[in-house]
Amino acid sequence: MQTLNRKVFGVGLVAALFLAVLPVSNAATAAAAALGTSCKKENATGKGTSLGKTLTLTCKKASGQLVWTDTRVIKLSVIANAIKGGKNSSNAIWLQDYVIPNYTADAALRGYTVSVKFTGQGVADEAYKSGIALDLKAKTGADIMNIDGIWVGEFADAGYIQPLSKIVGSSFTKWEGWSQINTAVQDLMSYNGTRYGIPQGTDGRILYFNKKIFAAAGLPTDWQPNSWADILAAAKKIKDTQSGVTPLQINAGTQMGEATTMQAALPLLVGTGERIYDPATKKWAGNTSGIRKVLQFYSDVYGSKEYGNSTWQLTATGRDDSFQSFADGKVGILGEGDYGWRGVWNPSSGNHKMATRNTDIGFAKIPAYTPGAGIRGQNFVSMSGGGGYVLNPGTKNAAMTWDLLTFMNNRESIQASLNGSVKISQRNDVNNYITSANADTCIDFIVKNVMPLTAYRPGLALYPAVSTEFQKATEAIVNGKSVAEAAAAYETAVKGLVGAGNVKSS
Amino acid sequence: MLFLFPSAIFITIFLIIPAVWTLYLGLTNYSLTGLAAANPKFVGLQNYATVLKDPEFYNSFKLTIIFVIGSAIIGQALLGFIIAWTFSDKPGKLRSFVEVIIILAWMVPSSVVTFLWSAFLNGQNGTLNKIIGGQTEWLITHPMLSIIVFNSWRGAAFSVLLFGAAIAAVPKSHLEVARIAGASKYRQLRDIIVPASRGHILTNLLLISLWSFNLFTPYLLTGGGPGGKTEILPIFVYEKALRYFNFGIASAIATIMLLINFVFALIVIRRGKQK
Amino acid sequence: MTKTRKRKQKWTLKRTGGRASFWMFTFLIIAFFSTPLLWLVFAPFDLTPRLNIKLPTLSFNNFHEMSQNPYAIHSLLNSLLFSVGTGLLVICVGAPASYALSRVKFVGRDLFLYILLLFSSVVTGTAAMVPIFLLCLNLGLINTFYGVILVMGGGLLPAAIFILKDFTDSTPKSYEESARIFGASSFQILRNIVVPIIRPGLAVIFVWAFVGAWGDFLVPFILIRAPERSPAAVLMYSFYTEGGQAMLTTLAAFALLYTVPVIVMYLYVNKRYGFRFYGGIKG
Repeated sequence: MQTLNRKVFGVGLVAALFLAVLPVSNAATAAAAALGTSCKKENATGKGTSLGKTLTLTCKKASGQLVWTDTRVIKLSVIANAIKGGKNSSNAIWLQDYVIPNYTADAALRGYTVSVKFTGQGVADEAYKSGIALDLKAKTGADIMNIDGIWVGEFADAGYIQPLSKIVGSSFTKWEGWSQINTAVQDLMSYNGTRYGIPQGTDGRILYFNKKIFAAAGLPTDWQPNSWADILAAAKKIKDTQSGVTPLQINAGTQMGEATTMQAALPLLVGTGERIYDPATKKWAGNTSGIRKVLQFYSDVYGSKEYGNSTWQLTATGRDDSFQSFADGKVGILGEGDYGWRGVWNPSSGNHKMATRNTDIGFAKIPAYTPGAGIRGQNFVSMSGGGGYVLNPGTKNAAMTWDLLTFMNNRESIQASLNGSVKISQRNDVNNYITSANADTCIDFIVKNVMPLTAYRPGLALYPAVSTEFQKATEAIVNGKSVAEAAAAYETAVKGLVGAGNVKSS
Repeated sequence: MLFLFPSAIFITIFLIIPAVWTLYLGLTNYSLTGLAAANPKFVGLQNYATVLKDPEFYNSFKLTIIFVIGSAIIGQALLGFIIAWTFSDKPGKLRSFVEVIIILAWMVPSSVVTFLWSAFLNGQNGTLNKIIGGQTEWLITHPMLSIIVFNSWRGAAFSVLLFGAAIAAVPKSHLEVARIAGASKYRQLRDIIVPASRGHILTNLLLISLWSFNLFTPYLLTGGGPGGKTEILPIFVYEKALRYFNFGIASAIATIMLLINFVFALIVIRRGKQK
Repeated sequence: MTKTRKRKQKWTLKRTGGRASFWMFTFLIIAFFSTPLLWLVFAPFDLTPRLNIKLPTLSFNNFHEMSQNPYAIHSLLNSLLFSVGTGLLVICVGAPASYALSRVKFVGRDLFLYILLLFSSVVTGTAAMVPIFLLCLNLGLINTFYGVILVMGGGLLPAAIFILKDFTDSTPKSYEESARIFGASSFQILRNIVVPIIRPGLAVIFVWAFVGAWGDFLVPFILIRAPERSPAAVLMYSFYTEGGQAMLTTLAAFALLYTVPVIVMYLYVNKRYGFRFYGGIKG
C-alpha cells in the first residue's frame, strides 16, 4: 500500500508541476486539480474528480503535506463484538487506536476526508448476532461488520450480506492481500464458493498435556499419540498412578456451547474421515459410524472408566474449572486451541496464569482414529474457526468501505493488531514474520504442523443448530445414555432440522 | 377525563401494537436469518401444530407448572405470608430489618444475582456447601429445586410487603375480640386475617404467578440445563428465538403461554369471587 | 392449686418454646436472604475473586482495574437516566390511568386491565424483540434514550396500574366530590387530592419501575448500539474474555458499584416517602 501511495504521489507530483507552469488564463475559473496530488497554496481550490464525480477540490494539509482534497466528509463505521476494557478488548483497542487514526491519515494523503466510527459491543455471541441481524434486516447498521465465519451462510441466505463482487465490483480480486491468505482460510468468509468478506485471524487445535503428570505416570514427555487408543492408554496410565488428577479433559455438553463441538467433537469426527457436512454429497452426518465412534470415545472417557470429570461438562463454570485445574497441574491431557496457550495459561496475561507454562506444558497433534483414518487420509487432524469482516450491502460508499476494509487487512495493520502477542493471523507473510521473530514454540508448532492439515466448519445457515444437537448427544453420553441411544436421538433431531433427505447414516 | 388521552396513546403504541404484532408473528414462519428471513410466509396454525407435537414443549410446560407452584405459590406467596404474619405484631425495628434484607434480594440486578447464586451454589467451596459441609453441585444434582429456591429468594419481597400491608389493615379490634374469646392464633388467621386479606391474596397470586411464569432469569443460572431439566417455557422461547432465530415458533409459544395465563387468571378470579 | 400452676407452667413453657421458635425462624429467614449476598461483600475486595466464598486477600486492585474501563462510570449514569426516566414515566402515565380506571366503571374493565397485563408479559419477552426493534426504527427511536425509556415504560405500566388502582380505589371519594362542587377540574383533583393520598403508592411504583429498568438487559441491548449510551446492565456482559470466561476481577468490582445506587435510591425513597404498601391497598 505504501509503495502504491508513493507511485500515486509521484504521478501526482509530475502532474502538479505540469499544471503549475500552465498560464492562468482567467482568475475566475478554478484551476484543474488531481485528487491526492500535492498542491501549493493552502485553501486554494481547483476542479477535479473524486469517486467518479467532478467537483471542487481544496488544497489541504495532510501529515505535513499539502494535498488536493475532496472535503466532503465520508462517514464510515465499523461494528465488532469487542469493547475496550472488556470482551475482545485488544481488538477494540486496535480498531480505535490504530486503524481509525492511521486510516484517516492515509486517506487524507490520498485526498479523502474520512470520519470513521467504531461501535464497540460486549455481549454474548448470540446477542451480538441478533443485534447486527436486526440492523441488516432494517437496512441500517455499520458499514463494516465483524461476524463469525459460521454465520456467513445464514446471513447470505437472508439477503443480509452480498458477495464482494456485487458490492465492490469485480475489481475486489485485485487486492494484494488475497495472495497472502490460504484458500482454506478464505473459505471462512465464503458461502457456496463465493467470497463475502475478509477473514481475520484463525486458529488450530491440539492436545495439551502436563509433562510432570506424564513423567509420574511413566509416559514420555515428548508424547505424540498416533490413535485414539493411544490417548485412552495414556489416560489409563495416569488414572492408575495418580489420584486427585483428572486424566483427560474432552469438552462435552451444551453448557460449553460451541467449545464442545469445536475443541473436541468435530476434531474427533474428522479423525474418523467424516465431516459434519459433506460438501460433495451435500449431506449432514446422521447416525453414522463416525458419529458413533466419536460418541464411543466420549463414553470411554466419561463412562465407567472415569477418565474425565463429568461435572465440568455439565456446569456453567465447567470450562473455567477445567482451565484452572489444568493451570494447577491437576489435569493430564486437555484438548484446546492455541487460545489455551496464549490466552488461558499465559504466565503474564492469561486468565488462569500458569507460571510454569513453558516448562510444564507439552503439546501434541490430535491423532486420527487410527493412522490414516482421518479426512483426506490424514494421520493427524485439527479444526479451525475464526471470524472476519463483511460489508453492509446498504453502505453509502462501497468503494471507500472496501478501501477501509483492505487497509484493515494490509500487512502493517495485521501486524499491529497482534500488538506483540503471538497469534495466528490470516496472512502468511505476517505468520512467517511472527513465528520467526518470536521463539514461541507452541504457536510455531501450530503454524507449521497443524495449520496445513486443519479443516473448517461449514458456513451454512443450519450449522449452528446441528452443532447444538451434536453437543446434546455428547451430553447424553456424560449423563449415562448409551452410544446407540444418543446417536439415534441425534439423527432424529438433525433430520428434523435439515430434512430427512439431507442426512446420511451408515 | 381528557388527561387519559396521552396514557391511551402511549399504551396503544408501546404495549398493544408490539404485543399484537408478536402474536401475529406466531402465524408466520418468520426467522431472523436464513432463507425464511428473506421472504417470510403466512403459515396459519402450522407453528401451533409443530409446538403441540413437540415433546420438549410438554416437558417445558410441566417444568413451568412445577416452577410456578414451587416458587411463586409456596416460595413467595406462602412464605411471604408467613413472614408477614410472624412479624406483624413485632417491634418495628426488627421487622424493618428483616424487610430490608428481603428487599435487597429483590433489588440486586439480575446479571449480578447470577454470580451471587453461582457462588452460593458452587460445588467447590460454595457458600451453601461451606455452611452445611458438603460438596454438592446443586445446579446439577437438584436443578429444579435450585431455581425454585432461587426465585423464592428473589421474589419474596413483593409478597411480604403486600401481605404486611394487608394484615396491618385488619382492624385491631377484631383481633382483640377474637383473642379475648380465646381463639388460637391459627383460628384468628383462618377466621379473621385470611378472609379480610382475600383481595390482596388474589392480586398477589395473579401478579406473582404471571411474573414467575414468564421469568427468564433462571437461564442465567442453569442455561436451561443440565439436559433440559430446567428448560421452563420462557427459556424455551429464548432458545427458539435467539439460538435458532425462529421467531414464528417463539411467538406461537408466547401466545400459548398467554392463553395459559389467561385461563389460570379466570380460575383464580372466579374462585376469589365465589368465596 | 397444683392444677392451675401446672397449667401456668405449661403456658410459660409454650410461650418460651414459642419465643425460641420465633427467634429460630427469624434467624433462618435472615440467613436465607442474606447469605447469597455475601459474595458481593467479599469478592470485590479480593485479589483473586472466584465463584465461591472465601475470606478475601484484601485488595482494591479490582476497583483499579475497573476504573481503567472507559465505559464503566458512564454506563452507571446511563442506567440512572433510564431508570429515573422510566420511573417517572410509569408514575405520570400510570397515576391518571389508574385513577380513571378506578372511578369509571365499564363492562369488562377488570378483564381489559388483565389483558394489558398479559400483553406486558409478551412484550417483555424475547419473542417480541423484532417487533420492538422495527417499531422503534420506524419512530426514529433507535440509539436514543427516549426509545429505551418508552419501551421499558410500556412493559412495566400495566402492573403499575394494577397495583396503583388498589391505592386509588381506597381513597375516599367524598373529598373529590366536595372539590368538584367548588369547581375543581379533574386534573386539579388528581394533582391536589388523589396524588397526596396515594403518595406511598407512587413511591412503591417508582422504586419498582426504577429497579425493573435498572436491571433490564434486553430492551437497551436491542435499541442501543453506541457503547457510550449503553447502561450498566449491558456493560456487565462485556466483562468476558475471548474464550467466554468471566473476568471476575473487574466484574466483581463493577457488580458492587452497579448494585449500590439502587440500594441507596431505595433507602432514600423509603426514608422520604415510605416504601410500604400502607393499609391503603384493597384488592
